[in-house]
Amino acid sequence: MIPELGHFALWFALGLAALLAVLPPLGAHRRRADWMALAAPLNKGLGLTVLLSYLCLTWAFVQFDFSVAYVARHSNSELPLAYRIAAVWGGHEGSLLLWALLLVGWMGALQRKAGNLPPALLARVLGVMGALSFGFLLFMLTTSNPFERLLPMPEEGADLNPLLQDPGMVLHPPMLYMGYVGFAVAFAFAIAALLAPEDDLQRWLRWARPWTAAAWASLTVGIALGSWWAYYELGWGGWWFWDPVENASFMPWLAGTALLHSMAVTEKRGAFRSWTLLLAILAFSLSLLGTFLVRSGVLSSVHAFATDPKRGLFILGFLVVVVGGSLGLFAARAARMGLGARFGLLSRETTLMGNNVMLLAACGAVLLGTLYPLALDALTGQKISVGPPYFDSVFVPLMAPVIVLMGVGPLLRWKQDEGPQLVRRLRGAALLAALVAGTFGWAVGGGQLSAAAWFGLALAGWVLACCAADLVERLWPRQGQGLIARWQALPRSVLSMQLAHAGVGVFIVGVTLVNSLQVERDVALAPGQGVEVAGFEFQLERLQRIEGPNYGGVQGLVRVSRGGEQVTELRPEKRVYRSSEMPMTEAAIDAGLLRDLYVSLGEPLAGSNAWIVRVYVKPFIDWIWMGCLLMACGGLLAWRDKRYRVAVAQSSAAKALAAPAAQALPGGAQGRAAP
Amino acid sequence: MLNAFQSNLVFFYSPTQVAANEAPKGRSFRIGGLVEPGSVKREGVRVNFKVTDNLHQIPVRFEGVLPDLFKEGKGVVAQGQLGPDGLFTAREVLAKHDENYMPPEAADALEQAEQARTRAQHSMGAPK
Repeated sequence: MIPELGHFALWFALGLAALLAVLPPLGAHRRRADWMALAAPLNKGLGLTVLLSYLCLTWAFVQFDFSVAYVARHSNSELPLAYRIAAVWGGHEGSLLLWALLLVGWMGALQRKAGNLPPALLARVLGVMGALSFGFLLFMLTTSNPFERLLPMPEEGADLNPLLQDPGMVLHPPMLYMGYVGFAVAFAFAIAALLAPEDDLQRWLRWARPWTAAAWASLTVGIALGSWWAYYELGWGGWWFWDPVENASFMPWLAGTALLHSMAVTEKRGAFRSWTLLLAILAFSLSLLGTFLVRSGVLSSVHAFATDPKRGLFILGFLVVVVGGSLGLFAARAARMGLGARFGLLSRETTLMGNNVMLLAACGAVLLGTLYPLALDALTGQKISVGPPYFDSVFVPLMAPVIVLMGVGPLLRWKQDEGPQLVRRLRGAALLAALVAGTFGWAVGGGQLSAAAWFGLALAGWVLACCAADLVERLWPRQGQGLIARWQALPRSVLSMQLAHAGVGVFIVGVTLVNSLQVERDVALAPGQGVEVAGFEFQLERLQRIEGPNYGGVQGLVRVSRGGEQVTELRPEKRVYRSSEMPMTEAAIDAGLLRDLYVSLGEPLAGSNAWIVRVYVKPFIDWIWMGCLLMACGGLLAWRDKRYRVAVAQSSAAKALAAPAAQALPGGAQGRAAP
Repeated sequence: MLNAFQSNLVFFYSPTQVAANEAPKGRSFRIGGLVEPGSVKREGVRVNFKVTDNLHQIPVRFEGVLPDLFKEGKGVVAQGQLGPDGLFTAREVLAKHDENYMPPEAADALEQAEQARTRAQHSMGAPK
């Protein structure tokens, strides 16, 4: 009965979503307060019904209800409880349900925080998001019902893909979807703004900005988790493969990054208005495209897509309606938005515009490399693949100027700056960058770093030095204000920006050094034998059989020492999952700030007791994910920025309560307050 | 950008196409099909095997750790270069994430070979 309840809840949610999509926006159009007021209860009802449906599916997993086809395909009686709960999003149907749940979750949060948002704007925003949930729910109900029964009921489930039975993979999809769905907020605000151009654009931006920052931070964490998972779970030690699945999540990230920065300009200076709207539409459209690319099966085979045209056609139709509709609306209405304020050539706006264009170009390049093979296969049947060399050769030249401008931008004033002053600021940063990158590069690489590696380090040094230069200038005691007073006066938005920028610097250090200094060896080792890699002695002590809850396998014990002193013991495993008989490599990693030691078991050599063992020494690889975490922290800090709440409070009747912080900043700092 | 795109496309060839000399020499490409049963020979980290589409076999050499799902009789895709002696030296060997999933290129190669064989049988067996 529980699965039927969940199924029914979905249909009910579909009805509520339809009402939410139509009535409140219509009320906003006709200035009917009673219709607009319907948004709140409809939104609440939609949230509760989708949550109920989600809990029903979770219950079916917890209770091993293999009469539900989806549960039978993605679970097994030996699967531990935690993975049964996570298995809800282990396949196509369930991950769509998770997507829908997160979407209505964001809508609920939006409504809670709406406070004194103008009712007409809120009605339109929730209406747009209601329409999106309607599309998703309809897709689920017509093509991918997670509650479909399987008769006769199988004795045993097929099991969750062993690759997904891992903590990193449990968290990865929810974080990623949080990001995707979060961009729906900016999208909905953009559509609402286009529907009612008489509204003040800057006002909706103030509202949408923290939400976009939160979405961007989630997406960053989600992508980083996926990369980290690939690193330790796939057993070959790479962290990014330019795989279509990865690209699908990376494209919205690039567009979202451009959106965040463009929003800052529009909010601060009123410039880039239409551009910001367009980016909001693009970021969410790419999120949709990403979800569908991964979830429709089109990547594994365009033929699978063609043999089950129902899903494919629905997806294409939905994309056409959302992307085409919003772009059409944009084309019709954007001109009314005006171009916004003018700015000089030497201004922060210029650097932000440059970066926006470059980020979108990079996004386009990734899109081309991801979709072209699919299109070619679908149209001509010719099979090609676009490998990492393409992406590397396109991406690095596009990103290098972005990185340079990223350092310069925050040091520039809005609207118009003066050359000599800028030169003075940049001179210090450049000197610092050269000094730090030079010393650091020499210390870690000696004389053996390649030109490309020096270039990478120089870029990273530049970003970090510019962050430091900006913060030093802002915190330097002056006019009787001490360091602490200056720190308190420092806008949080500056701090969050510099945190994220520093994250990019740390990320570049990691990528550069791991690419140029890593050592990889595949060797055949019998117990008692060892191999030396990059100064570390890896000794295979013994191999033993192991039994896990739902797998069996072999575990090796590898002792790592350096100069006779033991560093660590590593226990790589080769598992075979009992239900699916699928083999899995569990690499053993000793992570460290300066290097990771990585050992994974390949396969046994026939006719001996030796195994092929893969041994890596990966310097600085953890800096890649540390950098991503810093970026995400920056995003979260921007999300929590009090300034937004202050601004809203001021626009309300409760003016007396509002803290004067935002306006009380000294004029100079105001002029340079950051995105 | 388009230049980089052109020069970095990796094309796919089936064993039959390679046998018919359609594949480029001195340029990296992908080959796919099934791992010929009984053809996998390991010498330390070096491994030799054959990729077949049930019509033609191409010998492949690879050094290193093969993916978990590499198995005789299962689908495989290898990327690398074809030597003048007809030996394909793979830099990368792919077998995908789950048991039932066949790399699309491999599936395609098998399908084409199957069609070719049916055609061949028809033309041979057909009465004049």
